[in-house]
Amino acid sequence: MEQQAQSDSAIRSQIRLPFSEAVRISFQSLKIRFWRSIITTLGILFGIAFLVAVISGNTIEAAVQADETQTVDSLAQEAEPSIPPHQVWLVIMSLIVCVVGISNAMLMSVTERFREIGTMKCLGALDRFVVLLFLLESSLQGLAGAIAGSIVGTLFALLVNLRAAGWSLWRVFYQFPWFTDVNGAPLGVAPVILIGCLVGMALAVIGAAGPAFRAAKMPPVEAMRVEV
Amino acid sequence: MAANDIVVSAIGVHKEYRMGSEVVHALDGIDIDIYRGEYLSLMGPSGSGKSTLFNMIGALDQPTKGDVFIEGENMAQLTMEQLAWIRCNRMGYIFQSFNLLIVMTALENVTLPMIFAGLSPKQREERGKELLSIVGLGDRWSHRPTELSGGQQQRVAIARALANDPDIVLADEPTANLDTKTGREIINLLKELNESQNVTIVSATHDLKMLDVSDRVVYIRDGKVEQIRARDEIDIHVGSLAGEHE
Repeated sequence: MEQQAQSDSAIRSQIRLPFSEAVRISFQSLKIRFWRSIITTLGILFGIAFLVAVISGNTIEAAVQADETQTVDSLAQEAEPSIPPHQVWLVIMSLIVCVVGISNAMLMSVTERFREIGTMKCLGALDRFVVLLFLLESSLQGLAGAIAGSIVGTLFALLVNLRAAGWSLWRVFYQFPWFTDVNGAPLGVAPVILIGCLVGMALAVIGAAGPAFRAAKMPPVEAMRVEV
Repeated sequence: MAANDIVVSAIGVHKEYRMGSEVVHALDGIDIDIYRGEYLSLMGPSGSGKSTLFNMIGALDQPTKGDVFIEGENMAQLTMEQLAWIRCNRMGYIFQSFNLLIVMTALENVTLPMIFAGLSPKQREERGKELLSIVGLGDRWSHRPTELSGGQQQRVAIARALANDPDIVLADEPTANLDTKTGREIINLLKELNESQNVTIVSATHDLKMLDVSDRVVYIRDGKVEQIRARDEIDIHVGSLAGEHE
């Protein structure tokens, strides 16, 4: 009877997916496909580690050199922390490979889950829920990979510079570029880590966007009919 | 059961598909009313348009011509959001291949539609566990689909279909992937729910065991309703067919 009363009223079109639930579901999906998630995450990790290592490496190197030129002849002339062009190209290439890798992983993950997507839509999920779930999944991977990549990249840059400085902690850390480089640009080690994290997430989302939208657009029946 | 209370009505429903340059008429003018509380079976060979009609009744697909009304609402005039709302709150779906989400436990599968409907976590857990015990899986709520047998998975799917107190439960070949005994159990469970919860059940099938419990059987052939039979008209045949597998 209650149902009948409800059915007489106009259809309320409120379907919800609280953000916390979406995060929980995405997290579960990643957990259950743990090794696949790890591989995708590794892709991002390497890309970001390379990016961070190149920028931070240059910044630290410039800082050390600036410090030395200052002490030697107090002329800080050759201290530009500019990244050599070939390295810029390498970084860009590695990031592109990174996006392609993520796209590929997400495409597979979407194709494999057509039926799941169709089922969710039958249960009342809106297109944007599906998009949200996939983007969340990939940005979680992106974030994890980017944080790890930033740490790895920074450590690598440090080691390289320490070696160049003859393992003298004092020379490297005396005027360590925590926040800005020698020119005062915000390319110190800390902001570069932050940049790395943001770029990693952005790459993950860019890579996943196409497959996610494609998945969401499928009519529920067709999505379920697909045999993979 | 209010005899003339119509839940779904299809009027002159046509559905055409384009296969290359050819036009396939999957449905060719179907008229059918489904009453509240009845157990209706759609019977027909593969390719008869049975599944297509099933999808129309379930608000999963739109007819090329003709109208489908669910609770008096014309499906063609609803927005995507409203359709999703109907699927979430008015409909329960049961599929041949169970279609449980493998990343989730039985309880999480059952409560997923409740998340969409906006229930609180506490309400969801209570109702989810209650439904699982109704289908006889009260102690298995924490298991994942891979840890359950086919029959048990289908029970979880039935509990999920009932999550938001639907008006209609649509079962698409619910016994096709199960052995005869388990299939029989699932059919009995559906019938029980049909009687105890007064939920309308529409089932597309070619499982003759289904005839036994159906209030009406609609035979579909070549996209048309071939005949509609009430249960008392078919009871005689069932005795001889009940043991069959298909």
